[in-house]
Amino acid sequence: MEDRKATLARQFIEAIPHARALGMDLTELGEGLAEIVMPYADHLVGDPSTGVIHGGAVSTLMDTCCGAAVMSHPSIPAATATIDLRIDYMRAATPGQSLRARAECYHRTRSVAFVRAVAHDDDAERPVATATGAFTIETNGGAT
Amino acid sequence: MPRPQPEPVQVVKQRRDAALKAMVEGVPYVQWLGISFDRRGDELTAILSYDEKLIGNPLLPAIHGGVTAAFLEVTAIVELGWSMIWDEVEAKKLEPEDLTAGALRLPKTIDFTVDYLRSGLPRDAYARARVNRLGRRYASVHVEAWQDNRSRLFAQATGHFLMPQRDG
Repeated sequence: MEDRKATLARQFIEAIPHARALGMDLTELGEGLAEIVMPYADHLVGDPSTGVIHGGAVSTLMDTCCGAAVMSHPSIPAATATIDLRIDYMRAATPGQSLRARAECYHRTRSVAFVRAVAHDDDAERPVATATGAFTIETNGGAT
Repeated sequence: MPRPQPEPVQVVKQRRDAALKAMVEGVPYVQWLGISFDRRGDELTAILSYDEKLIGNPLLPAIHGGVTAAFLEVTAIVELGWSMIWDEVEAKKLEPEDLTAGALRLPKTIDFTVDYLRSGLPRDAYARARVNRLGRRYASVHVEAWQDNRSRLFAQATGHFLMPQRDG
């Protein structure tokens, strides 16, 4: 069972070229929850004087993680797309450290999923960023 | 008193382009995503050159929502940075060493909200930002992105930014 979950997680990232390009690793998935780790990389730097990664890379991590949380909802949506996503940047991510995002799909209707996420570096006490978003729910064969 | 001779056009262009280049080319992530800027006077248009690595949904296919968000955020920050230094560039107050990679402190994002209107197609995308408020500490910026038709936006965003504290 765990193996199947791990295979699913790997396939989820491998199916997304941009997630692969960022070296993302889906470390947890299920019941509307997802966790993704993104390693630090020189090409993600937004401020060359400090080595802090660009907010845009954090947005991508959040968006991917929120989408994964929607897809893992027990109702098993066929597909999802972001309707809107808000990111709040609490502080600069520490250069050289991976970012870990956790997203939770806390409510869903027939057609919309509501998701929130938080991202940390090695300091688990102080979030780097938080996100809230609304996502479409696409089901095969119309309304469920 | 005679009016001073205007500067030769190449000199003006060279100075403006050097300032823009300093904000854009020194940032690894902007280069990696393939974002460049077209300048007409003070008007900037960001260009996201299509690449296979930008895809988020290979079935459609569509550009990753995170790439769209990043593209809009880069456009907002560069436009804001550009508004911040424009007067100094025009007044020739910025020295070449102020414009080397990383020397210019750019605004920091406080929050950023992206509105996804349609899926991003696998082709180039364009964006322009409008600074709605530029205060000493805080700024509010709106950005619009499109692909084939300027009037058919595929995404828009609003963000708030903390301005760097600068001397003078």
